[in-house]
Amino acid sequence: MNEILTFTAAEVAPAREAVLAQLGMPPLVALPPRTEELIAAAAALFAEHVAPTGVMSELPPEVFAQVYRGEGRNAPTSPVEIIAARAEHLALFAVTLGQGIGDALGRLFAAEDFALAYTLDAMASVAADGAAETVERRFASALRARGWAAPDGAALRYSPGYCGWDVTGQRRLFATLEPGRIGLTLTDSCLMQPLKSVSGVLIAGPRAIHRFSPTYDFCDRCETRTCRNRLVALYTSLRA
Amino acid sequence: MPVIFDLAEAVIQGEPARVGELTRRQIAAGVAPKTILDDGLIAGMTVVGDRFRVHEIFLPDVLLAAKAMYAGMDELRPLLVRDGIPSLGKVVIGSVKGDLHDIGKNLVGILLKGAGFDVIDLGHDVAPERMVQTAEEHGAAVIGMSALLTTTMPVMGEVVKQLKAKGLAGKVRTIVGGAPVTEAFAQEIGADAYGFDAGNAVDVVKGLVGRR
Repeated sequence: MNEILTFTAAEVAPAREAVLAQLGMPPLVALPPRTEELIAAAAALFAEHVAPTGVMSELPPEVFAQVYRGEGRNAPTSPVEIIAARAEHLALFAVTLGQGIGDALGRLFAAEDFALAYTLDAMASVAADGAAETVERRFASALRARGWAAPDGAALRYSPGYCGWDVTGQRRLFATLEPGRIGLTLTDSCLMQPLKSVSGVLIAGPRAIHRFSPTYDFCDRCETRTCRNRLVALYTSLRA
Repeated sequence: MPVIFDLAEAVIQGEPARVGELTRRQIAAGVAPKTILDDGLIAGMTVVGDRFRVHEIFLPDVLLAAKAMYAGMDELRPLLVRDGIPSLGKVVIGSVKGDLHDIGKNLVGILLKGAGFDVIDLGHDVAPERMVQTAEEHGAAVIGMSALLTTTMPVMGEVVKQLKAKGLAGKVRTIVGGAPVTEAFAQEIGADAYGFDAGNAVDVVKGLVGRR
């Protein structure tokens, strides 16, 4: 499996609650009309400028081990290497919303239309994550279509820059995956361009392999804490 | 209700056209530009900042208010320059070399301007030399640096080193921030301060220039 991915508008449409959360707003808060107008305007801009695409490439464990090792700057131990060692299937992936969103944001900031700019930015951040979640589901579906017999299986993503996988790991990931074919490039500081992009590894296996206790040294400094949400979802599904 | 209160309220409500109009009316009425700035525009933004801190309002409301305040500043700026009225201080801000993330840094700039600072925003991917040189040329009191990547954080230390080498440490204070940046890191590189978010950064900068 080594393919370019396309997405439907629905697959990258950002959920309203997630956008509000990204803007630091609690759920169920009654929004004033002007905020509703902002969200509607940002949604229109998003639909106009988003150009989502992606790439996914399966790889054997020994090749991923080299990708993960990167430049040798990872944390001494990390959940990614432990989980990957127990994987049944692995794939590298990258998704991007395209440069149009970034250009639109630049124009909004130049015009000092800050509120609309931040709302659009929040929408795009949520959408980029949504596209990555779509890739997780597609990888699992493709594996099942090939006969992957894992009724309790799940494919979850892990990215350089998180969970002890140093961001310099992007260099080896990019060299192996070659996401330049979807217009995605890496700066010297390992920043993806366009900015609204996500890359990483998809690790497929029984759900239980993804469980880990977020008590590593780097967990204390983690700002995103998204692993907690994913772990909660896993625990919930395991109990069900 | 005095017009100056209406002006502050228009800022709070995020109404740029009304803020522009009320500012012009105050100027025409002979109200001192500094009074319009302090008791109208900054007073409004201060209320907005306070409400934001206690989660009475949210980021979009703050940004709409900032845009409204800018409409008033556009009217007022020539008069403030004419009268030689200083801002709270000049702050040079930028995302450090190698970093192209602007969002957090932009928000700090917006809130600093709203608090009455003169902000020189160098954008992103800013070399240490340019930050130091700009601060020196403009007589800035503070350099604010943002980094979103662990690979670019060391550049912040380079700025601090260059300030020391030029004998500017203590004259130009430094504040650092960004998702991977911590207070411990700020201390490690010898930065004067760390801002954990945009609102906090404004308070910290006020403290650095002795205006809190």
